[in-house]
Amino acid sequence: MSDEFSALQLILDGDAALFAIVKLSLAVSLSAVVLAAVIGMPLGALLGLSRFRGRSLLVVLLNSLMGLPPVVVGLAVYLLLSRSGPLGTFGILFTPTAMVIAQTILIVPIIAAPTRQTVEDLWVEYRDELTAMDVGPAGRMATLLWDARFSLVTALLAGFGRAAAEVGAVMIVGGNIDGFTRTMTTAVALETSKGNLPLALGLGLILVTIVIAINAAAWGTRIWSERQVG
Amino acid sequence: MSFRFASLALAFSITALVSVASAEERSIVVASTTSTQDSGLFGYLLPIFKAKTGIEVKVIAQGTGQALDTARRGDADVVFVHAKAQEEKFLAEGFGVKRFDVMYNDFVLIGPKSDPAGVKGKDIETALKTIQAKGAPFVSRGDRSGTHSAELALWRQAGVDIGASKGPWYREIGQGMGAALNTAAAMNGYVLSDRGTWLSFRNRGDLDIVVQGDKRLFNQYGVMLVNPAKHPTVKQQLGQAFIDWIISPEGQASIAGYKIDGQQLFFPDAEKKGS
Repeated sequence: MSDEFSALQLILDGDAALFAIVKLSLAVSLSAVVLAAVIGMPLGALLGLSRFRGRSLLVVLLNSLMGLPPVVVGLAVYLLLSRSGPLGTFGILFTPTAMVIAQTILIVPIIAAPTRQTVEDLWVEYRDELTAMDVGPAGRMATLLWDARFSLVTALLAGFGRAAAEVGAVMIVGGNIDGFTRTMTTAVALETSKGNLPLALGLGLILVTIVIAINAAAWGTRIWSERQVG
Repeated sequence: MSFRFASLALAFSITALVSVASAEERSIVVASTTSTQDSGLFGYLLPIFKAKTGIEVKVIAQGTGQALDTARRGDADVVFVHAKAQEEKFLAEGFGVKRFDVMYNDFVLIGPKSDPAGVKGKDIETALKTIQAKGAPFVSRGDRSGTHSAELALWRQAGVDIGASKGPWYREIGQGMGAALNTAAAMNGYVLSDRGTWLSFRNRGDLDIVVQGDKRLFNQYGVMLVNPAKHPTVKQQLGQAFIDWIISPEGQASIAGYKIDGQQLFFPDAEKKGS
C-alpha cells in the first residue's frame, strides 16, 4: 500500500482505530462546546446587561481571552490535575475528561465574548418593552439569549472550530495515548513526527471534512428552524 | 436547535467518561521516549503484553528528561527511558525503586548523501569535530531527551565545547526525534538519531547514515517502577508486572522480534539483577 493512498485506504477499510480517534475527537470537542455554552452564554449575557465600575476592563479582558494560547491552557490544566497539583487526587490527568476541561476553559471566552456583544446590541432594541413589562434580570437574560439564538449558533461553531483544531492543550493534558486520548490533531502531529507526511495530511483532510460537515449540519438546522419560526 | 444537539453531545461525553472509568481498572501509565513510540516498538509490544496479562499500558511519549519529570510529579507508574546518568539521578532522589536494563540499540549520525562536511565512514569524534570546524548545518534535539544527552556527551568527548562554539550552523529545535529528522531532511543537515527511529522514518529526503558502528554510539534503555513511597497512587503491582514481563525471556524475545524491512531495531539485554 503506498503512502499517498493510505489515509483514504483507512477510511475505505473502515479502520477501527481511525474511527475511534474520530469519535474521541468529536466527543471531547462537542462536550467542551456544550459545557462552555452552559457557562459562557449566561456569563456573556450577564456582562452584556450589567453596568458597574470596571466593566469595560472586564469586556476587554474577556475579548482578549479569545486569544488564549491552547498550549498555555494545557500547561495550566496539567499543573492543576497532576498528582502533585491541587486537584491531583482525582487522578484525571491523561484522560479524556482532562481534555474536555482544558478545551472548555479554552472556548468559554470564544462563546462568552460574542454573546456579550449580541445581547448588548439586542438590549438596545428590547429595553423599552422589557422595562415596561417589568421583566426581572434573569428573565431579561433568558429572553435576549433566546431571541438571539440564531446569531449565537455562530459563536458555538467558532468554539467548536477552535476545540476541534487545537493540538497544544489536548497533547499536554491527554498525553496522546494510543487508543485512549489520541485525537485527530495529536495523530496528525504524531504521524508528522514519524515522517509519515502523506498519512498525516490525509488525517488532516479527514478532520477538515468532518468540521465542514458539522458546520453544514448546523447551517441547515438554522435555516430549517428559522422557517419554522416563520 | 441546541437542545437536541446538546443532549447528543452530553451522551457522547457520558460515554467518554464511562469508558474512562472502566478502563481505569487494569491499566498503567508508562512515561517513555519519542524513539520507542516513533519507531513503532510499543505498537508491536503492547498488544502482546495485553493479550497475556489483560493489562492496558498507556504510553506517554516524551523526551527522557520530560518523561522522568512526569514520573517525579507522580503522573506515571513506570518510566522506560534511555539516559543512564539521568536515570541514576532519578533513583538517587528516591523517585525510582530499581532500574533494570531492557534493551539497546545504537545511535547513528545521519547526514546528506552529498556529505558536504566529508565525514562519511569516519569515527564519531572526528566526524563531529569536522562538522563543527566546517560549520556544516547540524540539528540538535535540544530537549533534554536521551538522544540529546548522548549528543552533548559526544561533543564533550570530541573536545568541542558546544556551549561556546554554537553558531548559526547548530540548530536546537527542542522537539522529538521525528521532528529533528524532518528538520534535517528539510535543510540537508546532520543529525544524531537512534537507529530505530531512523529505520522507521519515512520522510528521509536526501538523508542517509554517514557514521555508524562506533562503540561510543551505544544506546541503552532502562525501565524503573516509580517509587510508591513517594507517590502512593502508583500502581505498584501492575507496574511491576509490566517490568517483570519486559525483562522476562518472553518479553525479551518479543523485543528481538520487532523488525522493519527484516532489520531488528532493538536488542534485548536484560539481566534480572537491576541496580
